[in-house]
Amino acid sequence: METLGLLLDGFSTSLSLFNIMIVVAGVTAGLFIGAMPGLGSVNGVAIVLPLTFLVPPESAIILLAAIYYGAMYGGAVSSILLGIPGASTAVATTFDGRPMAQQGKAGLALITSAVASFVGGTVSVILFTVFAVPLADVALAFGPAEEFALVLLAFTTFVGLGNDNVYKTMVMIMLGLVLSTVGLDLISGQPRLIFFDLPGFYSGISFLVLAIGVYGVGEVLYTIETSNKNTEVTNARITFAELGAGLRELVKLWKTMTLGSLIGFFVGMLPAAGATPASLMAYGMAKSSSKKPESFGKGNIEGVAAPETANNAASTGSLLPMLTLGIPGSPTTALLLGGMVIWGLVPGPMLFIEQPDFVWGLISSLYTANFASVIINIALIPLFVWALRMPTTVLCALVLVLCIIGGFAPSQKMHDVWLIVAFGGAGYILRKADYPLAPLVLAIVLGPLMEKSFRQTLIAEQGNIFAFFERPLSGTFMCLALLFFLLPLIKYARQSRLKHTPITSS
Amino acid sequence: MHRADKNISLVLMGLAIYFMWHAKELPIGWVPSDGPGGGAFPFWLSVILFFSALGVFLSALRASKQKANIPFFEPETVSSVTKVSIAIFVTVAIMATLGTYVALLLFLFWYLRIFGKHSLKLTAIITLITPVFVFFFFEVTLKILLPKGITEPLFFPLYNLFF
Repeated sequence: METLGLLLDGFSTSLSLFNIMIVVAGVTAGLFIGAMPGLGSVNGVAIVLPLTFLVPPESAIILLAAIYYGAMYGGAVSSILLGIPGASTAVATTFDGRPMAQQGKAGLALITSAVASFVGGTVSVILFTVFAVPLADVALAFGPAEEFALVLLAFTTFVGLGNDNVYKTMVMIMLGLVLSTVGLDLISGQPRLIFFDLPGFYSGISFLVLAIGVYGVGEVLYTIETSNKNTEVTNARITFAELGAGLRELVKLWKTMTLGSLIGFFVGMLPAAGATPASLMAYGMAKSSSKKPESFGKGNIEGVAAPETANNAASTGSLLPMLTLGIPGSPTTALLLGGMVIWGLVPGPMLFIEQPDFVWGLISSLYTANFASVIINIALIPLFVWALRMPTTVLCALVLVLCIIGGFAPSQKMHDVWLIVAFGGAGYILRKADYPLAPLVLAIVLGPLMEKSFRQTLIAEQGNIFAFFERPLSGTFMCLALLFFLLPLIKYARQSRLKHTPITSS
Repeated sequence: MHRADKNISLVLMGLAIYFMWHAKELPIGWVPSDGPGGGAFPFWLSVILFFSALGVFLSALRASKQKANIPFFEPETVSSVTKVSIAIFVTVAIMATLGTYVALLLFLFWYLRIFGKHSLKLTAIITLITPVFVFFFFEVTLKILLPKGITEPLFFPLYNLFF
């Protein structure tokens, strides 16, 4: 009941005319960013973050969250109309969305994805509201030992649950962490890792510089490579009759959509998982529980609804650990966290106590963003069809300009612009060689917290390294972290045993 | 692909050693009563980085004996990605000397007209509107002055007008 009161207070913040305008602007921008092939929520947030200095901090975060939200809706648009996922999170939507479009049902597919996204978003925002306060209360008991253990746990999920090569994942985590230590030592204040004695390194390497580099410049280089193929935009027209038919069709899918929302929300909370695996899982579940599994992949409406509920639910799910624990659940939320820190709003349980107006304003803005997204998404479909015809060279040129100028703006140092160029090139090559980028960005954001909590604990415990295992909460996290870390080894051992068994038996 | 994997991991190993060399300027071991020294965190993480990259190298070495090699770059890709990379590099270099606006005009013209082969009309519209938008958004609204190099004096009348 108390939560409801807080939420209502939040609405008094988020329903101010200015914040409604912010949400509408953010959602619209997000929809277009998400709809563009290659650009997803993380690219959008990275590129737009420097521009948000225009508005006060609270509104800036609401704006970024709205972009994040809109991009999740928008990803489906190019999956359906182009057959290319607008973002990796919308991969599963191409499976049935593209066939539907080719059968002339592009409009229905777009309505389905928008409404399914709305359902997924709404269910997960309600879950978010319910879980936020209890989780923040638990987090209040956290000391530095727990903080360190939790950050470690976040990284080990990438090793244990990620689908990428374990060594490459480790490389990216370590690279991010080492880059986060550049600058002044947190405790002694001495300079360290000042490469080539460049004064620019004294202030450290901002997560934003890295993010704009790999997700802005690097992404453009990657797009240049993949966009050589010609694509065809399927036309989509929406009539009110189709809208009504779509809604009637969707009511029958309530079971798939509920399941998709739940999968999305809980999978989204895990740092290594997130929206892409969640949507693939939801698609798989819908297919295996369907009475006509053979119709999937050939334009089954359920195959659009399931992944779209899940990826939207996952985006809200990954906000939960970021806001309550201060540990982001995805690269996009890592950037949101970094942005909040810049503005002096440090996420974590204390935020709920010190800045309740802001926290509940943000949470309630998710409700309005969701509502705005579904309406704007359906209303702007003709505009998307037009925008998707825009040549990629125009889009890439503008994104590069935004990266360079936007990269200069926050610190106003050419040093940072050069770093962005360097990170862009390096990020492109690493990504091409299948190194995952998400752990890199998470590591540079969480690195300072990880080092600080590690050293604080050891100073407080007079160097007793077992302190991390002696406290019940941090001990649990540490054991879980150890388990995730060893998971690839266990998998490897089982695989090689399976390989050897037939040989010995024959 | 395996060759690229090997080369990239070698570079990463070199980078790790470079990081270690830098990190050991501060104490990397245990400082009595103070816990780990200032260099410890970056140093030991670089050690793990080194061994992870070594892992990539060794698995690439093993794989290259078993599987056929897929080329890392296609020739077409190399040429267009290299061209754009050089263009970005030159643009940033020009930013500090000839100024942001000169850099933007040249970059957009090159990208749209020469690289993208767009019509002169479209090129002209985007090339001219973008810098104006950038000026009003960043300099006038956000009060962030962009580098102008030697073209700075040209902007004095505009400064007088807007500030």
